[in-house]
Amino acid sequence: MGINVDLFLQTLPIMAKGLVGIFIVTGIIILCIYILNKATSRPKKDKKKDDAGK
Amino acid sequence: MESITQFLEPLFGNFVNLDIKQVIMWVIGGILIYLAVKKDMEPTLLLPMGFGAILVNLPLSGVITRGDEVGVIDLLFDSGIANELFPLLLFVGIGAMIDFGPLLTNPKLMLFGAAAQFGIFFTLSMAALFGFDLKDAASIAIIGAADGPTSIYVANYFESNYLGAIIVAAYSYMALVPIVQPPVIKLLTTKKERLIRMPYEQKEVSKTTRILFPIIVTMITGIFAPKAVALIGFLMFGNLIRECGVLNSLSDTAQNVLANLITLLLGITIAARMQADAFLNPQTLLILALGLVAFIFDTAGGVLFAKFLNLFLKKKINPMIGASGISAFPMSARVVHKMGLAEDKQNFLLMHSIGVNVSGQIASVIAGGLILNLIAR
Repeated sequence: MGINVDLFLQTLPIMAKGLVGIFIVTGIIILCIYILNKATSRPKKDKKKDDAGK
Repeated sequence: MESITQFLEPLFGNFVNLDIKQVIMWVIGGILIYLAVKKDMEPTLLLPMGFGAILVNLPLSGVITRGDEVGVIDLLFDSGIANELFPLLLFVGIGAMIDFGPLLTNPKLMLFGAAAQFGIFFTLSMAALFGFDLKDAASIAIIGAADGPTSIYVANYFESNYLGAIIVAAYSYMALVPIVQPPVIKLLTTKKERLIRMPYEQKEVSKTTRILFPIIVTMITGIFAPKAVALIGFLMFGNLIRECGVLNSLSDTAQNVLANLITLLLGITIAARMQADAFLNPQTLLILALGLVAFIFDTAGGVLFAKFLNLFLKKKINPMIGASGISAFPMSARVVHKMGLAEDKQNFLLMHSIGVNVSGQIASVIAGGLILNLIAR
């Protein structure tokens, strides 16, 4: 085993693709969570009614 | 005299098979047991691994397959790790343990989980530079996932020769998070940054969101990284059982009985790859060093990303929370919380750091899946 610059250079595109890939997948998941939260949150009116009931 | 020798030979004959390397492995096994018992370092894994290291390194040990005689540790390895079953089953239990609430309340925290996987990809390049082939480099890099089952899964997928060293490094550094992370965080942040307060706004998360979240994450990750489906799918299956609200008994079993049972077998089974000849070589030391590099650059990735975001944000983020983006849960979140309190007794970062920390659990699996996709077996 020794220093292998060629293989190191081969891994740089993998590093770039991996990092871009993880941010893309994460970004889409974040977007989905925002949509889910929006779609499933109760309207403010209902919340106010609940609070008044308490 | 001859009759005495004939009498004693079957009893003591095996001593001649003892090798100094095996004795060194007993010492390593002893150290792992010591760290588990005395220092409380990941005892559920390090103790069985330590004992296993002694078991497999006894001369002509019967737990290792020799010729036609099948050894039980090798049998467990073939039936539980070689086919990736144990790490996946453990993921069901882990998924059932995780409350993604803090993340669902503040989804953008997931970005830090993604940024803190930088150490994985950086270490991949470093391992390649130091002469490991691409598959071994990928297996070593995944130590940076700070996630035992993912490390085992990926290293085994690539049939790495260094599985034992990789797992020892992964679990040791997870236990050492409170020692490894603080100096890196301090080095990369100013006192002013560490003092940034982040008030926590409690928001309601609907049950529908909690139920749909694991399904959606599995589908998205599965489409982008099909080879990660098993990993993310089993993690999210466990979480779905937890959140659905109608399988409390199964959730309880997954969190406790299943996770404990698999953990019990996992540690001792990994010892199959801790036989002296395979473990005692210079590469093991290099792998331990690269594992540390992975954890340091994971931490740096999360912190520096938070600092980068702060350039554009009006409401500043305490960059320390970026360090919680590694998967080591909940150690990393606690480290950041404690560091926040050390700077300012009124600065409670726990909920934010927990949110980032659970993001790291998902992100590390995604990173593992991407590595599987990007590098051919």
